[in-house]
Formats: sequence, structure tokens, C-alpha cells
Amino acid sequence: MIRLNNIKKSYQTGYNHLEVLKGIDLSIQDGDFVSIMGSSGSGKSTLLNILGILDEYDSGDYYLNDVLIKDLTQTDAARYRNQFIGFVFQSFNLLPFKSAWENVALPLYYQKVDRQLRKEMAIEYLANVGLADWADHLPTQLSGGQQQRVAIARSLITKPKIILADEPTGALDSKTSHEVMELFQKVNQEGITVLIVTHENDIAAMTKRIIRLRDGIIESEGLTASAVASR
Amino acid sequence: MIDFDKWQEILSSIRRHPMRTALTALGVFWGIFMLIILLGAGKGLQNGVEYEFRDDAINSIWIRRGVTSIPYNGLPKGRSISFSNEDYNMLAESFDGVEHLTGRYYLSGDQTASYGDKQLSFNTRSVHPGHQYLENTIMMSGRYINDTDIEEFRKVAVIGKIVQQDLFGEEDPLGKEIAIGGIVYKVVGTYRDTGGENEMRTIYIPISTAQRVYAGTNEVHQIMFTTGDLSIEEVKQLEHEVRAAFARRHEFDVEDRRAIYLSSAIEEFQRFNQLFASIRGFVWFVGIGSIFAGIIGVSNIMLIVVKDRTREIGIRKALGATPYSIVSMILQEAIVITAVAGYFGLLAGVGVISLLSSMEVDFFRNPRVDIWVGVVATIVLVIAGALAGLMPAMKAARIHPIEAMRT
Repeated sequence: MIRLNNIKKSYQTGYNHLEVLKGIDLSIQDGDFVSIMGSSGSGKSTLLNILGILDEYDSGDYYLNDVLIKDLTQTDAARYRNQFIGFVFQSFNLLPFKSAWENVALPLYYQKVDRQLRKEMAIEYLANVGLADWADHLPTQLSGGQQQRVAIARSLITKPKIILADEPTGALDSKTSHEVMELFQKVNQEGITVLIVTHENDIAAMTKRIIRLRDGIIESEGLTASAVASR
Repeated sequence: MIDFDKWQEILSSIRRHPMRTALTALGVFWGIFMLIILLGAGKGLQNGVEYEFRDDAINSIWIRRGVTSIPYNGLPKGRSISFSNEDYNMLAESFDGVEHLTGRYYLSGDQTASYGDKQLSFNTRSVHPGHQYLENTIMMSGRYINDTDIEEFRKVAVIGKIVQQDLFGEEDPLGKEIAIGGIVYKVVGTYRDTGGENEMRTIYIPISTAQRVYAGTNEVHQIMFTTGDLSIEEVKQLEHEVRAAFARRHEFDVEDRRAIYLSSAIEEFQRFNQLFASIRGFVWFVGIGSIFAGIIGVSNIMLIVVKDRTREIGIRKALGATPYSIVSMILQEAIVITAVAGYFGLLAGVGVISLLSSMEVDFFRNPRVDIWVGVVATIVLVIAGALAGLMPAMKAARIHPIEAMRT
């Protein structure tokens, strides 16, 4: 599904040359449920952005679904994002002026799906995350957990190969966090690869595999206890 | 380009920011509105002044008699100069620049006009056929004085509309006989004149008839001619040559400005034309200025719009929006707002202009505006607004979604 060979990435900030990723080798299989952990500055967000084709890398190779993701035009990048990847963000990133179903339907707009069909699909996906009755509410009328569920429904509606989630529970209390993680587990059981970035151990423990980053390299990599137990 | 979804996006975005939209629209509206008003008012001013000049041919030269003020060739100053048919003939024969030529002989004594038992006093002018063009006389029926009338000293008269009404009422005057100062004339034509009522209280008769019947002279009191489409320099040259010819014939110093008086409307008209040119220039300057202000307003708003929507753009890009779809979304919103506002500015401007057109003031008349100028100005503004939005929109479309979402 995902294959990284010696990915390097550095930023130029003023006079400082900051090497964020110093050679990442990684492969993620179809249907995996991975959490990337690390302290702030370890490069985990940068790695996620590269995986999501939201950012470019300096050297190395990145294969997504056996396609080399390198030096893409913006239009191609947009197309791959739209086809393969669903995003979930810490700050939800819902458009505040659109209702829940309109937010969920937005990726389909860029796939030129008919409006009526968009609405039907969006409401179906909202129902899957338990928010069927909230379809016409604006994000500001929803709780944090509800907003994140809307965001997850939005990430799923294009039937992506992989869900990339950047601190998806970072803005939520622990009870809601667990609900959201349970949702991710359900999504993963349906066969979609899920990759989340987190710094919370109990969140990471709900995934199948943990990759720890430290100073731009993979420090350790291993299955979680629950994954071992389920074997 | 035109799909329902995009329009929905645009309309919802416009509804979301009523203040911003209103300000942009106001800037565009005002720019177009002021341009239309200015152009219309400028045209009204021009029409007004042209109206003041409507009576007489503007390319005419009038020659009047004077008294010499400089001794010449042993002749003393203080001599009265008088014109005769020979002066008229000289102008007719020796000057190519002369287009329509006429003399005037003023009747003295009783000029009472009578028809049947009606006796009324009108102004009688005895003229050559060319006079018709100098006074912008417009025939209503019959004909004007012609060359045969002059040659055969015919007793014929062309009467103005007011004369006709007063003497004949509803009766057809053509072929009827009227008496002027006791002499009987046959009415051969009626006319109207753009110069107003007074001009239509006049009776024209052949100059040769008047000279013979009333005085037995070949004197001419005044000579006028038009210069066709000569340029102002050519007219000045012609004036100079005519003056020299008269100086030779009547033996006065060519520099003597009081021996004869030559006046032409063309210089005055030219001055007004120059005034118009500068007014037009000013109007365009201000108009383009207001359009420019509109463009700057639109550009400003576009910058704010793009900045405002950076996060939204980031989210949309993460969800699969292509740079093209981002740019076209922003531009189409700008185009819709400017086009609609420009259109209403156009409507309002034209509305005000048509209200003003009922106004009749000296030197301001019938303001009009070429609607295409307004349309073109609106299109220019729309394009300029779009171009102004293009740069920030393209920049926004290039931004990394992550950076955009961090804002």
C-alpha cells in the first residue's frame, strides 16, 4: 500500500537548515492500522504530510498504491489525494459555513458527482458515524466529538485506500477520544488502511502497530499488545 | 464553466459575506455610475452650446460697412465705405472658397404687409438665393428666392411660418398676392427657421427687386457667405484675401480695421470646440479615475477575500480541489459581483441621465451617453477585477494545504 525508501526532508528557516526527516524506510500493508508516535519535532507531522501528498520530500521514493509519488503537478497531486486518501485533522477543518452533510459531500464535488447523489451518499455516511439526525447542522452547532465524526465521514466518502489522521483526538476529551478511536477501528475492520499520528499512548495502543520517530529517523517499530493478543 | 454547483458555491459565498460583497459592489457601482453621469453631462453641455449656435451657419463670414480710420493714398480718413452689386459679383467670381453667397439690402420706410383686409408689420429682408443657407432657412412649401427672380426683378416673396399664420391663417398662401409697402408680391414659398420665432416673422424678397423698386440703386448693405468645409486656417486665409480685395476696390488701407468689418463665427465655434475637447478630456480623465478607483477597490477586496479564505482553500485542496478549481472559484465570485454591480451602475447612470434630459437650461441640453461606452467600461472593470484577483488567487492555489490550514 505504502512504501517509503530513504525519504529525506529539510526546511530552510532563516539561516538555519533544519533536517526534519533523515532517511525514513517504511512499508505499510493493505488493511494495516498504524500509529506514528514521537515527541514534537520528531518529524511525525512532516511524515504524515508527505504521505498525504500535502508536502514534497527532498530525496528518496514514495510509492502509494504502486504509483511513484514524486514531482507531481498540483493537479495530479489533487487527483491522487481525492482518489486514494482521506484526511482527518486535529482541528477537524470543517468549512464553518456549510452544513454537516455539505461538508461530508465536498470531496465528491471535486469528483464531479451529481448533487442529489452527493447528498444521499453524505447522509448515508453520516448515518454510519451516528450523526444522521445532524445532517443539516452547521459545525458550530456540533460538539467536538461530533465534528470529528463528521470529518471522518468526509474522509470516508470517496472510498479511499487509506485514512491519514493527524492527532485526531488531540482536541477531544478521553471519553470522546475513545469513541473516535472505536470508529477508526470499525473503519479499519472494513478493510481500509488507517494511519494516525498521536502522542498519546492509550490512543496508540488501540491501533495494531506503533512506529516511533525520534529526530527524523524511525527509532522503533512494533505490534501493539492488542494486535499480538488478537493473533 | 457554468455549472449549477459552482453557482451554488458562489452564491453561498456571497451570502456569507454580505458586507464585503456590498463594499465591492458599491465601488464598482459608483465607478460605472459616475462615468456614465460624467459622460452624459459632458455631452449635454456640448449639445447645449451647439444649440446656442443652431441659427446661423457656423462657417459663415459676414462683411459690414464701416468708415475709414486711416488716411490712404491721399484720401482722408472718415470716408464711409459702401457696397454695391459689383462687390457681390467680385466675391462670386474671384473666390473659390466662397460656397453660398448673399447680399442684403435693407428696406427703408413703410414695410407694412397686407393681405386682404389684414395689415401687419413684419421684417422684410431682400436677399440673394444663397441667403437660405446662411440663416438655416428650412422650406415648408414652395421654393426659395432663385436666380431667375434676381435676374428678372420678379416681385415674389417667401414668408416665414409666423407671417403665414398671421396673414393667411388656415389659407394656403402659395400663389396669393401680398403687398409690402404698397408693392404687390406673389408668395412662392413658406419656411421655418431653427433660430426661433423672430426669424419666422421675416419676409424674404429678391434683392434686385428691392433695389429697383424702393430706391433705384445697386447698393448692398451687407454681404455674407459660407466657406463650405474649409479648415480654420483656410478660412483665415480667405478672410485675409477678401479684405485685401475690398481694400483695393474701395481704396483703404488693408490694415484699417474700421473700413469694413469682417466677422466669422468659426473662431468662436472653434473656441467652443476646444473647450469641449478639454471638457471631454477632463470628463474622461475623471471617469477613468473613478474606474481606476473601482479597480483598486476590487483588487483590495480580492486580496482580503483570498487571505480570508486561505484556510478554506487549504481544506478544499486537501479534499482534492485542483488549483484550477480554486482559482476559478475565486475569480467567478469576483466576476459575478463586479458584473452585477457594474450593470446596476449602468442602469442607475442611464436612469439619472434620462431624468436630466428633460431639463432645459442654457448651455445644457439633451445629455446622452453612448451605452456601449458604459458596457465597455463595465467589461474593463470586470476584467481588471478578475486580473487583480488572479494573482492572489493563483498564489493561494499554489499554497500547501498544510500551511493554509495552520492559519
